[in-house]
Amino acid sequence: MKLHSPFALSRSLLVGIAGTVLLLLAAPSTEAAAPASHFHLPTPTELLEVLTLENHNTRIVVLSTTLLGITSGLVGTFLLLRRRSLIGDALSHATLPGIAIAFLIMVAAGGSGKFLPGLLAGATVTGLAGVLLVLAIRNTTKLKDDVAMGFVLSVFFGIGVALLGVIQKMPQASAAGLESFIYGKTASMIQQDFILITAVTLLTAILSLLLVKEFALLCFDEGFAAANGWPTLLLDILMLGLVTAVTVIGLQAVGLILIIAFLITPATAARFWTQNLRKMLVIAALIGGLSGWLGASLSALLPKLPAGAVIVLVAATIFLLSMIFAPARGVFPRYLRQSNLRRKVGRQHLLRAVYEILETNPHPLDKPVPNLPVPLATLQSHRSWSPKQLRKLLRTARKEDHLDPATHDTIQLSESGYGEAARVTRNHRLWELYLIRHADIAPSHVDRDADMVEHVLDANIVQQLEAELDSRDTAATVPPSPHQITPSHSPATT
Amino acid sequence: MNWTAFDTSIVIVGALCAVACALPGCFLVLRRMSMMGDAISHAVLPGLAIAFLFSGSRASIAMFIGAAIVGVLTAVFTQWISKFGKVDRGAAMGIVFTTLFALGLILIVQAADHVDLDPGCVLYGAIELTPLDPIASISLGNTTLEIPRAAAVIGIVLLVNLVVITLFFKELRVSAFDPELSTTLGIPSQLMHYLLMTIVAVTTVAAFEAVGSIIVIAMLIVPPATALLLTQRLAIMLPLSAALAAAAAALGHLAAITVPTWFGFESTTTSGMMALAAGLLFTLAWLLSPNQGLLTKHSRHQNLSPE
Repeated sequence: MKLHSPFALSRSLLVGIAGTVLLLLAAPSTEAAAPASHFHLPTPTELLEVLTLENHNTRIVVLSTTLLGITSGLVGTFLLLRRRSLIGDALSHATLPGIAIAFLIMVAAGGSGKFLPGLLAGATVTGLAGVLLVLAIRNTTKLKDDVAMGFVLSVFFGIGVALLGVIQKMPQASAAGLESFIYGKTASMIQQDFILITAVTLLTAILSLLLVKEFALLCFDEGFAAANGWPTLLLDILMLGLVTAVTVIGLQAVGLILIIAFLITPATAARFWTQNLRKMLVIAALIGGLSGWLGASLSALLPKLPAGAVIVLVAATIFLLSMIFAPARGVFPRYLRQSNLRRKVGRQHLLRAVYEILETNPHPLDKPVPNLPVPLATLQSHRSWSPKQLRKLLRTARKEDHLDPATHDTIQLSESGYGEAARVTRNHRLWELYLIRHADIAPSHVDRDADMVEHVLDANIVQQLEAELDSRDTAATVPPSPHQITPSHSPATT
Repeated sequence: MNWTAFDTSIVIVGALCAVACALPGCFLVLRRMSMMGDAISHAVLPGLAIAFLFSGSRASIAMFIGAAIVGVLTAVFTQWISKFGKVDRGAAMGIVFTTLFALGLILIVQAADHVDLDPGCVLYGAIELTPLDPIASISLGNTTLEIPRAAAVIGIVLLVNLVVITLFFKELRVSAFDPELSTTLGIPSQLMHYLLMTIVAVTTVAAFEAVGSIIVIAMLIVPPATALLLTQRLAIMLPLSAALAAAAAALGHLAAITVPTWFGFESTTTSGMMALAAGLLFTLAWLLSPNQGLLTKHSRHQNLSPE
């Protein structure tokens, strides 16, 4: 075992980490982390050369990975929606016995065994067989997709390993290079590979775009599709056939791990940006293409960064950013929306509680409810708040100018707070009346149902409710509660 | 065929490993997380690389610890992504393990000038070589039994798995079938999930360092899936899958040294044939299982149909 200096150790660690975290800024940061002499910042000329695809070799690699990224983004979207993302994993392992068998057949026929189209054909055959086996296990046993995929992955890969074991002991042929299928050879792609990739990816992309409607039906409601007479099994096989095409071609070009990541990561990242399938397809293709382009360019610019790994890391970075920040379904925007809604619900509950207490004060029925101070103890017992929750709600209400200053054991609504309280209570009652009249819910049960919906009633629905309930004449007034209002501490007995 | 003490030793190591994997594998299959073994065996690469760079040696305990930590992290990250991002668990698993593998690959390539660490062969052991690395020997009369290091390591892992599964059988069972019920009963289903993931990670790492990854991935899934086709009871499924796993190990090695000779070749790799043997046992159960077999169901339908 060679000894190595702590400097070398920290350098390689830092470079690895810098390469992952600061992908877009990789050039300056790796430079900073690695002051070794051979590690140089790409000059502007080199940068321009890569970006404009001037170098023939770089052009082939970058274009190939971009095309693959776009197509696998499209296909991966359907896989994700079908909860079958890991099929790429099973498939890429299932190609190994095909490669070995094709090699054996070609050697037996007198060739060298290294004829690429032959090897790819073998890979496609066992890949398809694996996919069909997954479908057969899923459709004829109680086992689920994940077990079926795991079964195909391990058993087929096992057969492949056993066959390679035989091949390695054959005296007449050298099996070296067969393993390059597993790790890919991105950097050494040639014109022929590029033409093959272009043809297959274009065909796959066009087919999957033509069949968007059918595939969407299959993804969202397989039973409905079958009931309407669509050939669901055939469509399923066709979809997995397209996946097989992308996997086999990608396996050879960029390697096993990258093609699995390509099928999963862009589609999953796109899911955070939209709820619409067509938009999701476009976004997934864009993310896949961007990862392929950026990753391959970075790998061409900086020494010792394998293209496949860099592309995976670019895609993973995009995924992480999408997961956190994407407006439609990202974690952070969703958290903000939820906490806003929670605050709104809390405020509306507080205001309605105060209004319901105010109503209990004696007042003429044709006049609005008088705005009087409300004792905190009454408020506390009106709903099941903890003292701490109530204090927090009151603090927020004061900040929002819904409360006027009052003595320490009472509270009083401000003018705007009173208006808001009347409006909130009115919405609640309108919805209750609607439920009683049109949904046949008993008056004693509507309170809870109304509670769940009232916070999201918008002006339009309120207008419809008013029209529905003929209460336009009372537009400015709050209708009386259709049921008895009881404090939470003494449950209703009616 | 020429069966030697070497072959016996290989079968024993293979069977120990298969049983150690099949037991936690039952819970993985029931929880629909069968691909976890494959994910972990790829994802541990950066853990191995970092541990190797720090310790500077290959067969060290540091490698094992580094890999086991990253293995558990794979499960944790997968859980986070699927929980917070509301992502399908398969997709989350795929993203995590491909990313970690890529990270490991870059670490290794960056360090390639200073160390020789090849992702293809160095990290994964080969079961045929295990008898060459004995850790102790026992004298029984006039024969001397050598205990391979791999057998000792995997024996310990198997023992730990047995103890954990016996101790927490009730908890693991409830949380596998009905996490909500388990929470209601006061059993922390999250904790049970991570306990299971930890023993899966440790088993996976220990086994693939000793005998290679393909045995681990196959034995985690295939024997439990076979047992699930034969029984509906977890208490039967566990010993049944252990027995199937051991049988697959023995059959696999036998096939590895006999089958290629029928075609005029020499022997082939045992690990691949063990996976194939497990697959054949599965196929038999798929066709002939007393309750759920394809052929048994077919003949039952024939008997039911009117004359």
